[in-house]
Amino acid sequence: MREIAFDTVKDAVAKLCMDANYDIGDDIIAALKHGLEIEESETGKDILKQILKNNEIAHDERVPSCQDTGFAVVWVEIGSGVTIAGGELNDAISQGVAKGYTDGYLRKSIVEDPLRRKNTGDNTPPIIYIDIVPGDQLKITVQPKGGGAENMSEVKMLTPAAGAEGFKDFVVDRVRRSKANPCPPVIVGAAIGGTFEKCAMNAKKAQLRKVGSVHPDPFYADMEKELLERINKLGIGPQGLGGRVTALAVFIEAFPCHIATMPTAVNMCCHASRHKTVVL
Amino acid sequence: MVKKITTPLTEETVAGLHAGDSVLITGTIYTGRDLAHKELVDAIEAGKDLPFDPHGAIIYYVGPSPAPPGKPIGSAGPTTSYRMDSFAPLLMEKGLKGMIGKGNRTQPVLDAMKKYRAVYFAAVGGAAALIAKSIKDARVIAYEDLGPEAVRELKVEDFPAIVVNDMYGEDLYEKGMAEYRRE
Ligand code: SF4
Repeated sequence: MREIAFDTVKDAVAKLCMDANYDIGDDIIAALKHGLEIEESETGKDILKQILKNNEIAHDERVPSCQDTGFAVVWVEIGSGVTIAGGELNDAISQGVAKGYTDGYLRKSIVEDPLRRKNTGDNTPPIIYIDIVPGDQLKITVQPKGGGAENMSEVKMLTPAAGAEGFKDFVVDRVRRSKANPCPPVIVGAAIGGTFEKCAMNAKKAQLRKVGSVHPDPFYADMEKELLERINKLGIGPQGLGGRVTALAVFIEAFPCHIATMPTAVNMCCHASRHKTVVL
Repeated sequence: MVKKITTPLTEETVAGLHAGDSVLITGTIYTGRDLAHKELVDAIEAGKDLPFDPHGAIIYYVGPSPAPPGKPIGSAGPTTSYRMDSFAPLLMEKGLKGMIGKGNRTQPVLDAMKKYRAVYFAAVGGAAALIAKSIKDARVIAYEDLGPEAVRELKVEDFPAIVVNDMYGEDLYEKGMAEYRRE
């Protein structure tokens, strides 16, 4: 068994929370620059320039790129040969989130109860997904998720008869109805298959892919391309004020499903798609 | 072309703004989001004074991140506006002239903008670090216990925004999307 100290995990998570919020990924920056080249609307171009400049300031001054520093969604792959010395993995992650959000001057956006709405004060609890994998490494990804884009997300239980067209129409329609609210240009996480909850989770997980990456299955690679083209014909544009660049990417995650079902889900993410990974 | 405007907004300034104009705002603006709006409207209904003079005022829908040492405010981009829609018409009736946020407004707010001659600006959602550069000073003036949702008075210089809804009923969300739709 390989031991990893509790504090090592906690400190790593704290750093991931800060880095994710300060540093927008190079893949997104490249996609925004490409967007600036193809955008036809003058307002749209101006907005893309502001976003690029914003991301530069956030990186250089180590301040959050967006004030909504999100719910901390944490994806963990823990090797079966790893133990955490000095405490529980969940606690280390939770304490890491509290430390990162406090020390990093990130906004605390979590309320204790959805109806009584008292702020927890340190942005905990995080949402933690743990997978046990072979090996003796610990891989942690922190994905801060803002509320504006999350509110434009949806799960829909289509029937198998709805087929590929039903799925594609649902995805495009979800973006159309979202208009300016998820801060376009967006990254669209679209999932199909699994169960009700697995599908929703996969739609979020899909956003961890690098913008510009191609789906390994050519069937879905083509579908992603087609969906991106359709979405960018909607006219929503940067910040919904009209233009060509509504989405930077569409990522599809497919999973086996029951003979009677065809769950579909869209999780919207803004251009501030933030995620950072560490392998311990 | 970018228009420079100053606060408080006069009738004349508002009349000169049209959907699609880029503006740089200088002066004093006030922050408020969900809970603060409820407090403001409760205060009006109870006949109490507001924490700021609403005449010609601009409200910015924002819940900033905490100010790091040496800065007046943390990152401060707009939040989604429609959550404030049930409160906005009453504030316009009391003299509010401008709102800054992101996303579409509902019909009662659009109607109130025409009736009370007010304007809705969009700031770029997610450009929070850039926007913070235009905020020179920030001071909590009410509801401190609400944390990021407290009402703050901001001194801004060249705060970048875009006119979405003007007092003439024009809507850049509708217009812009129709212009670039290729379905
Ligand atoms: S949707 Fe994204 S960019 Fe927009 S305010 Fe929320 S976190 Fe920030």
